[in-house]
Amino acid sequence: MSSAFDRIADIIAENSEVKREDITPDSHVINDLGIDSLDFLDIVFAIDKEFGIKVPVEQWTQEVNAGKAPAEQYFVMKNLAARIEELVAAKGQGQA
Amino acid sequence: MRLEYFQMVDRILALEGEEIRAESTIPDTSPVFEGHFPGHPLMPGVLLVETMAQTAGWLLLALNGFRRMPFLAAVKEAKFRAFVGPGTPLAVHARRSHDGSGYAVAAARIESAGKRICEAEITLRTLPFPDPALAEAMRARAAAIGLPLPAVA
Repeated sequence: MSSAFDRIADIIAENSEVKREDITPDSHVINDLGIDSLDFLDIVFAIDKEFGIKVPVEQWTQEVNAGKAPAEQYFVMKNLAARIEELVAAKGQGQA
Repeated sequence: MRLEYFQMVDRILALEGEEIRAESTIPDTSPVFEGHFPGHPLMPGVLLVETMAQTAGWLLLALNGFRRMPFLAAVKEAKFRAFVGPGTPLAVHARRSHDGSGYAVAAARIESAGKRICEAEITLRTLPFPDPALAEAMRARAAAIGLPLPAVA
């Protein structure tokens, strides 16, 4: 199975104008890739479906806006992939 | 249905789990029909989309206890299968197909006399009510169309 990074990068390329080859582990989804809020909503929907999770975007956004977490923690591709993997793992544990 | 006021849903018939059924009748007269189209009045497709979106919106309001207001974010796979004109009764159905963080997706459709009229996948963002007056207006409208209201906290 492809890595979470590859699967998320594929989803971004399919749901936005961003070319797959332009997406790297260090790409910031908003600042570097220029994903707008509506495309990001589509991307989150696709990630939710692909991984069978509910990406807590609102919680992440609140943490960033409140200064409790750096935006990079959630919105740089390699970190986003790590957060998704954590959510998938947590879901698996919840079902066990 | 009052097109000029964007009141697209006349009555909520059922709210069960993740699904809602509503009814609405296209008015016999409206200035909308003077333009769409002269001599051949038809319900505009965009207003059928609005009807599906509002029905999905009422569903989300019921599911979130009127805590967050749904706003239309995307319409996908919209198909218009038959013309409908003044005086036509519509049966509207919406089902929440995905409950996301700050948004939801619904599959909606409209039928009339058992015939499929249109369908679409509706994405709605849900945000805290930007104004108490809007929350109050939505509650009042919900009561008028028969949507069960949560107890006021």
